[in-house]
Amino acid sequence: MEVRNLSKRFGDVQAVDDISFEVFGGECFGLLGPNGAGKSTTIKMMIALLNSDEGEVVIAGHPLSREPMRVRESIGYVPQMLSVDGVLTGYENLLIFGKLYGLRQAVREERIWEILKLIGLEEVAQRQVKTYSGGMIRRLEIGQAILHRPKVLFLDEPTVGLDPVARKAVWEHLETLRSHYRMTVLLTTHYMEEAEALCARIAIMNQGSIAALGTVQQLRDAMGNPAASMDDIFAYFAGDAENERGGIRDVTRSRRTARRLG
Amino acid sequence: MSHAVAAPPDDWDNAGPWLRYVKQVLTIVEMDVRKLWKDPTELLMRGVQPALWLVIFGQSLGRIRGIPTGNVSYEAFLAPGVFAQSITFISIFYGISILWDRDMGLLQKIMCTPIPPSAMIIGKMLSASFRSISQVGIMILLSLLLNIPLDWNILSILGVLLTVILGGVFFAGMSMAIASLMKTRERMLGIGQLITMPLFFSSSAIYPIAIMPPWLQVVAKINPMSYLVDGLRNLLLHAAESHLLLDWGVLIVASLVMIGVNTLLFPRILNK
Repeated sequence: MEVRNLSKRFGDVQAVDDISFEVFGGECFGLLGPNGAGKSTTIKMMIALLNSDEGEVVIAGHPLSREPMRVRESIGYVPQMLSVDGVLTGYENLLIFGKLYGLRQAVREERIWEILKLIGLEEVAQRQVKTYSGGMIRRLEIGQAILHRPKVLFLDEPTVGLDPVARKAVWEHLETLRSHYRMTVLLTTHYMEEAEALCARIAIMNQGSIAALGTVQQLRDAMGNPAASMDDIFAYFAGDAENERGGIRDVTRSRRTARRLG
Repeated sequence: MSHAVAAPPDDWDNAGPWLRYVKQVLTIVEMDVRKLWKDPTELLMRGVQPALWLVIFGQSLGRIRGIPTGNVSYEAFLAPGVFAQSITFISIFYGISILWDRDMGLLQKIMCTPIPPSAMIIGKMLSASFRSISQVGIMILLSLLLNIPLDWNILSILGVLLTVILGGVFFAGMSMAIASLMKTRERMLGIGQLITMPLFFSSSAIYPIAIMPPWLQVVAKINPMSYLVDGLRNLLLHAAESHLLLDWGVLIVASLVMIGVNTLLFPRILNK
């Protein structure tokens, strides 16, 4: 997967400014940065929810600009916000997506139950999702996005609003799924411990650009401080903490997500 | 990408592109139908309003015999109009549910699957129609309870179903177009309130076009709701002169226009 010279401008704000990076097959890649750094915009452009002003994304050999449908067959996406339907059961949520992906009926049934088992929701599959806990909902959302065995899974803030126990459970399931299906995973987060626990390499974004990219060790070396904590690394590369660009919309949105999942 | 496992080709439904398209449209409808099945409160609530119109407005105005309705009672004349109102209102507020899905993230997730935007749009329009179809049952029940002489034979029911689907598709399409332009639920709700009453009063729903002032007659003639009302009235009352084909024709053309408009506008919904 490769991102080349991607740019996006909203009015006066250069949300993403000419970024390029490569994600290797099978790795978990983390996109970090403060609110408003351009992480979500980057992800949205990579999955064609948002048109880029400039640049190209190549996923599993398919250039996004020319083969968007082939790209969509090869990716799964878990948005930051709630993306399952609370009225339907866990099984039904998976069933609808299996159909949308165009899986054959026999394969679909087998896949649904295989995934329900892997994400630990087999027992509650026939219960309405509104009776699930936040962590269970997140696991279902991830399961829904990988029914078609995508080559690349995109996760936008996968554990925002979850308590530490639920967060750990999501991490473990994600790791199981990634190694089981040998998927490439790209996630955004602003929890440093999440990046450290899951990601082989991380890129730190700031004001639409990539400030640093590498393994945690490489970033420590670049800082010249081998004892640096993840928070130190973040503060060093993402600049001063006063760089607040989130604004009221980001705040309402992340709090709303947190409330729904909590 | 070298060692990622590809989905073997035989996993995929190898239907042709057209069949696949139809299946995707139906999946969107299926999702909505399953939701309604689990939680039909909204539809039952929607049945209350026509009941009030028929019982209070219909019976009061029917008593003064001030509105020329030919050889049928005012209640019978009003019933198809109130029925059309119920369909229009259900469909017009349907855009809000799409904005809700968008605000949650479900819409974005669906659009990341290999579904063409037009299949999504047509599926959503048909879902709104399906909601309207449930009103047919409520209307049959109401007309029996209130003893309003409507003709519910099999043919007229089939005709009514078709008319309701066309009306629902058009007004849901209009609602989605407005949702794409308004982008927030609050504004959408405001605009919905703003246009439903003028649509209703400038149609032939509660009085015949013939008694309107000339300027309103012009409005009524370009108001698609008039054609929905007229189609239902033709089917349920067996009026002397029938314009059923004209009514269907107008609704079909208007619906096709809405599919086109929405295909152009849809990308605007995804991003606030």
